[in-house]
Amino acid sequence: MALTTPTKPSNDAKVVAPTRPVKRRQFEATYLGFLVPALICFTIAITLPAAMGIYFSFTDSVGFGDYNLVGLANYAALFTDPAIIGSYSFTIGFALVTVILTNALAFFLAVGLTAQIRARVALRTIFVMPMVISGIVIAYVFNFLFSNTLPAVGEYLGIGFLKESLLSNPDLAWLSIVIVTAWQAVPSAMLIYIAGLMAIPYDLYEASSLDGASSFGQLKNVTLPLMTGYIGINIIIGFKNFLGAYDIIVGLTNGGPGVKTRSIAMTIFTGFERGDYAYQMANATVFFIISLIIALFQLRLTNKGQAK
Amino acid sequence: MSLTLQQRLNKRSRTRIGRERINWWATSILGICALAVVVPLFVTISMAFKSAKQAVDGKAFSLPKPFSVEGFTAAWDLVNFPRAFTISLVITLVAVLGAVLVASMASYAIHRNWNRRFYRFSFYYLLGAMFLPFPVLALSQVKLTGIFGLDNPAGVAILHVMFGLSFNVLLFTSFLRGLPGELEESARIDGASNWTTYWRIIFPLLAPMSATVAIFAFLSSWNDFMMPSLIISQQADQTLPVVQQLFQTQFSNNYHVSFASYLMAMAPSVVAYLFTQRWVMSGLTQGAVKS
Repeated sequence: MALTTPTKPSNDAKVVAPTRPVKRRQFEATYLGFLVPALICFTIAITLPAAMGIYFSFTDSVGFGDYNLVGLANYAALFTDPAIIGSYSFTIGFALVTVILTNALAFFLAVGLTAQIRARVALRTIFVMPMVISGIVIAYVFNFLFSNTLPAVGEYLGIGFLKESLLSNPDLAWLSIVIVTAWQAVPSAMLIYIAGLMAIPYDLYEASSLDGASSFGQLKNVTLPLMTGYIGINIIIGFKNFLGAYDIIVGLTNGGPGVKTRSIAMTIFTGFERGDYAYQMANATVFFIISLIIALFQLRLTNKGQAK
Repeated sequence: MSLTLQQRLNKRSRTRIGRERINWWATSILGICALAVVVPLFVTISMAFKSAKQAVDGKAFSLPKPFSVEGFTAAWDLVNFPRAFTISLVITLVAVLGAVLVASMASYAIHRNWNRRFYRFSFYYLLGAMFLPFPVLALSQVKLTGIFGLDNPAGVAILHVMFGLSFNVLLFTSFLRGLPGELEESARIDGASNWTTYWRIIFPLLAPMSATVAIFAFLSSWNDFMMPSLIISQQADQTLPVVQQLFQTQFSNNYHVSFASYLMAMAPSVVAYLFTQRWVMSGLTQGAVKS
């Protein structure tokens, strides 16, 4: 932390035009003291590793020692590697399903919580709770439920496919990750939807109900069109977060069975164990470019929303 | 005058004139949905208080009988709870204080000097990292923290502050733009230095946004698993979420111990949340909407 505490204003005169009065110069030193230490730390902690990653993606480094520049060889290898293609298709598919489930649930709950209901505060408190719990810990709890409790319930009810643990089923293990990820991601999406619903002018509902609209009609013709901006933002934020999935997968399947549920992040992290640091850095760079494209979409959408 | 739903709900709950009927359908459906949140937490609590003999059958829905705390005492020693808890707490405190102070100071400097190219450029530079996912940087950061001797909790705390900086600067600068300039000017006229103006005038005015930033910093730091598990090299220095791994590799059938440990790991943030519920909710909403 010593690095990040702001330094006392020093009389660093070089940065100031010499014609300025003394007082002005002192002001400026304080501002620089506020900003420059943060910039330096940020550069070392974030920019440098990012640049290192991109640089090493063009080498054959194993993480330490000597290395050679190999040009685009790592990138060329990426696109034919079944492990990489597998992790991308799993992660993107998982993120798509989760984003749809999360937003459907969050929207539904938000509409419910803004209706004329009893125990609004208590219910809202409960629904937000998953947001404050550590992902890995709740994944361990669900791990127990999926591998012990659910099979027992399946046995009791005589439902065949539930009798085995969901986590060791190669075709269904991903579903457990979707469920737990959505469990944790619903609250933040829900809070955004609640904020959006709260901002809708009530006149619109009164007018439409005078025109004889049912409550379902109101939801479809008044609420939904006004919420499209919020839905778009939620989908993009969610998708971006789910692409980086890690904790919950570690807690549930740890990538298994086999490598069926190994996410992009988990694949990148194998770079040190397997001595293919440079190769995984190429993978990370591709992942970064994908994130960037999604972020640009998000920015466009946000700007559109603000322009309205 | 057109009211939003928010204002209407507020008005109604204050005056308690319920012209519209309570929607019991919605209430009961939401109540059933709430079970999805409550049941896993209930199972955690009930498993944690079972005795070794009862827990071994792995039945989630049986109530503890007899009520036993042997799981807690065993977990306390197994994961060295006091140590892991303290390390997590210190990292989180540093991350929260750092998030609020570093970001608000940088934002103030940027906001005051927006007409200068250097400050404007710094703003966009910091913002750029908002789109950098941690996995992209992770391996290089592991290398760097090793070189700098920061492959320990201190390194994790610094990285937490730096990772949050982009978003927090965005939050603080947008908040600063909405503040009236008069207070600051009158302080200047009274001869206050820049430091005094920031500390005595600006920082107190930033309080609502600082609360939002602090809540997000607390949650992401306290619950983080990915970064400490990669950065901290000594197993003995690991944080509370990371030490829970122990129960997957060893002791995996001592359910009462593992659940007692999970409960102790979850409880601090859940209890803190329940006590500051109203306040946290507005902070979370503000941050969520801004993102």
